[in-house]
Amino acid sequence: MKCGVVVFPGSNCDHDCYHILKHVFELDTEWIWHKDDVDLSGFDLIVLPGGYSYGDYLRAGAIAQFSSVMKKVIEFANSGRMVLGICNGFQVLVESGLLPGALIQNHTQKFICKTVSVRVENASTPFSCECLEKSVLNIPIAHHQGSYFIDIDGLNQLIDNEQIVFRYSGCEGEVTGLYNPNGSVDNIAGIVNENKNVMGLMPHPERCADPAWPNLDGQLIFKSMIQSLQPGILL
Amino acid sequence: MKAKIYITFKDGVLDPQGKAVHHALKDLGYNEVSGIQMGKYLELTMDGVSREEAEIRVTEMCEKLFANTVIESYRFTIEPEE
Repeated sequence: MKCGVVVFPGSNCDHDCYHILKHVFELDTEWIWHKDDVDLSGFDLIVLPGGYSYGDYLRAGAIAQFSSVMKKVIEFANSGRMVLGICNGFQVLVESGLLPGALIQNHTQKFICKTVSVRVENASTPFSCECLEKSVLNIPIAHHQGSYFIDIDGLNQLIDNEQIVFRYSGCEGEVTGLYNPNGSVDNIAGIVNENKNVMGLMPHPERCADPAWPNLDGQLIFKSMIQSLQPGILL
Repeated sequence: MKAKIYITFKDGVLDPQGKAVHHALKDLGYNEVSGIQMGKYLELTMDGVSREEAEIRVTEMCEKLFANTVIESYRFTIEPEE
């Protein structure tokens, strides 16, 4: 299994993602610089990390979507291969049209950096198959533009296609406005595309996946992807 | 040609910045203000294109890059440069 971590100017969670894939899970992992005309055919998983690609100018993710590496990532995703976008990576995925909706400024107007609870809404995707359905994971968020927006028709489609993977919740799994940190529509924290091979989420699983820390909930997402990519298992 | 482009949130999309500024205006006593839409303003200087061409090109630019039409709407004017 070969993983690629994309590096945009302004990415700042790229090292964390690389560390978890390469050193914690001991996977063959490579950096992919945004300007490189790289052949992605040998990769199984591409990670778009968090940060502030291109300074978040215009809108978060707006400029990154046209970088040369993203043309390749879009092809890669459209061919059914796995792409994970975390935080700014999620913003790049919605801007590039690989995922529906948009991410706008938090309703609190503030940058939020804290560990939140999210409920697993769909444990059958390649990104969540090691989780228990409706279980609660504690994962840090760190963003200013993380409020997920989609119109009502789009939301109904997400629900009908079971594309919502994580919702912000209380520690007992209560999904209410009280536990919505940023004003996201329907408490949405992470979604997949219709084919379930592309996931974007605002929480940072790479920040709670190193055994040096007490919280290892993020490992479940990495373990799910590894499990799904085992030889013989088709996405 | 000079293009002046205005981008604002669509109705129904929460604009927390506009809301915060509105609160400040109320604190200052400007109670007649019933709503604020904050947005972006861009000015483009374009060379070697007619007004018709500029309209087509600017529409493309707005759709592709300047506005995210999931959440934003745009409008623009095109004038000859002074």
